[in-house]
Amino acid sequence: MIPEIGQFALILALSLAICQGVIPLIGAYRNDVAMMSVAKTAATGQFVFVAVAFGCLTWSFLTSDFSVLYVANHSQLSLPTIYKISAVWGAHEGSLLMWILILAAWTVAVARFSSALPEAFAARVIGVLGLLSIGFLLFALLTSNPFDRLTPPAADGADLNPLLQDPGLAIHPPLLYIGYVGFSVAFAFAIAAMLSGDLDQRWAKWTRPWTTLAWMFLTLGIMLGSWWAYYELGWGGWWFWDPVENASFMPWLIGTALIHSLAVTERRGLFKSWTLLLAITAFSLSLLGTFLVRSGIIVSVHAFATDPTRGFFILAFLAIVVIGALILYAWRAPSLDSEVGFSLLSRETFLLLNNVLLVVAATLVLMGTLAPLVIELLNGGKISIGPPWFEIAFLVPMIPLVLLLGVGMHTAWRTQDKRPWVALLRIPAIAAIVIGVLLPLLFYGRTSLLLALGVAAAVWIIVMSLIQPVRSMRRKEGAAAITRSALGMSVAHLGMGLFVLGVTLTSAFNIESDRALTPGESIDVGAYEFEMRELRDVQGPNYSAVEAIIEIRKGGEFVATVRPQKRQYLVQKSWMTEAGIHVAWNKDLFVALGDQLGNGAWSVRVQYKPMIRFIWFGAIIMALGGLIAVSDRRYRLTASKPSRVSSTATETA
Amino acid sequence: MSRYILPLVAVIVLIVFLVIGLTRGDPRALPSPYIGKPAPEFELPKLKDSSATVSTEDFRGQVALVNVWATWCVQCRAEHQFLMDLAANDSIPIYGINWRDTQPEALRWLQQLGDPYVASGFDVDGVVGIDWGVYGAPESFLVNADGVVLYKQLGPLNWQIWERDFVPLIVSGDISQ
Repeated sequence: MIPEIGQFALILALSLAICQGVIPLIGAYRNDVAMMSVAKTAATGQFVFVAVAFGCLTWSFLTSDFSVLYVANHSQLSLPTIYKISAVWGAHEGSLLMWILILAAWTVAVARFSSALPEAFAARVIGVLGLLSIGFLLFALLTSNPFDRLTPPAADGADLNPLLQDPGLAIHPPLLYIGYVGFSVAFAFAIAAMLSGDLDQRWAKWTRPWTTLAWMFLTLGIMLGSWWAYYELGWGGWWFWDPVENASFMPWLIGTALIHSLAVTERRGLFKSWTLLLAITAFSLSLLGTFLVRSGIIVSVHAFATDPTRGFFILAFLAIVVIGALILYAWRAPSLDSEVGFSLLSRETFLLLNNVLLVVAATLVLMGTLAPLVIELLNGGKISIGPPWFEIAFLVPMIPLVLLLGVGMHTAWRTQDKRPWVALLRIPAIAAIVIGVLLPLLFYGRTSLLLALGVAAAVWIIVMSLIQPVRSMRRKEGAAAITRSALGMSVAHLGMGLFVLGVTLTSAFNIESDRALTPGESIDVGAYEFEMRELRDVQGPNYSAVEAIIEIRKGGEFVATVRPQKRQYLVQKSWMTEAGIHVAWNKDLFVALGDQLGNGAWSVRVQYKPMIRFIWFGAIIMALGGLIAVSDRRYRLTASKPSRVSSTATETA
Repeated sequence: MSRYILPLVAVIVLIVFLVIGLTRGDPRALPSPYIGKPAPEFELPKLKDSSATVSTEDFRGQVALVNVWATWCVQCRAEHQFLMDLAANDSIPIYGINWRDTQPEALRWLQQLGDPYVASGFDVDGVVGIDWGVYGAPESFLVNADGVVLYKQLGPLNWQIWERDFVPLIVSGDISQ
């Protein structure tokens, strides 16, 4: 009964999505207020029904209703409750439902906080979001219904993929989807602006907080995925350039470019057509990522069930959305060539370079991801493009990007006077070079060109991002404090600096060693001694495991005990590695069990990973910067107190 | 004007490629370039006795099924009972290629779940897998008496697939001889 209610709710949601996608757009075209006002009501109704459907599926998981095919395939009686909930989005059908729920939630948020927008514009934005929602709801109902029944019902389920039975992966997909889907808001704003033909700077201002918010969630989602891969996949890497990872990283790169380009459009009215194109591209890449992951066209993981009809459906949807948007773009963009100029030495120049480099980086990742497919189709045989290619290709745009970043922040709009600029940059630049050379030598005893460059770039960004906030803290009485926007930018860039520092030092000074150990034996890695004290059997709720108790010592002094496990999940019979990690702010000591070698010996992989926490910590700081920027007063004016502000907002704009 | 149409053109080209990519059939069932061609020669140490070897010569002169498996592969476990049933039927000799695995784990697997194979070769570094164009375990190749590959199955076998895709080929192969 409950699954049928869910199914019915989903169909009702589709009907409301059709109302939401069609009526307000016609209303905006005809300037019919009654038709436009359907937008918010339909969006709210749609959200309620999608939420009911989502609740029904969750209920089916919690009650282990194995007459529902999706539940039977992805849950199991002894699965811990938290994972019964996260199993809802653990596979294709349920994660699609979550995607739709998040899209509906973004739409309601836009509807709620759009009172300051002109009625026709808000109606168009919500209408476009409704059209997107129609596509996804049809996709779910026609090809991927999560409520399909299984007759006769299974006695017990096939269990959730053990890889996904992890707190990190329970919250990783929701955050990632909030980010992915959030770019649909930027997309809808761009389409609405192009539909109305009213392409002054205001739409850029309205779009900015939404884009930054989406970017923030995507940053956190990717960071969590990387962290999970690090401790769960068992070999201690944090990024693998897997097509699925790339699928989330490409929208992030373009989204980052979009945030910067929007700043120029809002402040200076420049790059308008370029910004529109980026807004379309960011969301298109989200759709492309969905397609790549769910169609099985690139066989990278054996995890997602593939079905050609699903692939065709998403591809058709992607084609309609992207081609439609780009036709609109080709029609409207030519009228946007701006007359405002800027001098060579200006913030505009640096933001332009930022955009070019980020787009180049995204293009390289896209090429690397699609090349195996394209070459195979051109009968060039099978090739595989691995991490070494990506690492080198990616460094090419990234090195100039991080170096220019520090400069661009301190360059004025329009035109920058050269002398004070050089005076400001000189000391941090010298400091960065000196620290870049010395820090690896002093702390780790060796250096190289790339290493010195990486550390210098990190120090450079960190110093440059701190200048403005520090000045603001020390300002004289009555002087203006730093704005939230500027503070957010500084914090996000600080996060980038910490991230670069982490990546550089981890990849340069990582030490790893694989060895067979029996209890009583030990292994030395760097200055640390890892002794296997004991092996024992451990019983989990739905797995049994072998646990090694490993004591870590440095110069004879006790540092920590870690307990890596090798788990066998009882239903799927698959083996999982649960790494034992000792975490400190400046290093991880990582132990993973490999295979049983007989005679009580296990192969053990031990790693010393300096500064690896800075990679994720840096990403969190980046996201925090986004949050601070969104809280800027400028955006809050348009966000609340609708009745009073709506008039002033249009005046000041 | 043309620079505003450029993104549209690029996207259409990309979509055409993706359509072709999808229509090449079931994306997993990549047509094996070896179908209709002689199976690549191999000689591997036997899993159960490293001093002896198993090679393509062992099944020359008879229709045989070559199954690529590994203990780390969940789908292989799903397939295993079918292979046991097939072996019990005595209809076709099954040769295994234990792919990118460790010997102790593989031996424990056969001990626990039963051994449907006439013999399994131990392809620890996946070299034979590359020769045979193995994409991921499990994969199964139907090889005729002349050592020609008749069919390749990606993913786990079951009776339905067996009756539909393999049996007709085996029957016609028998007649042609």
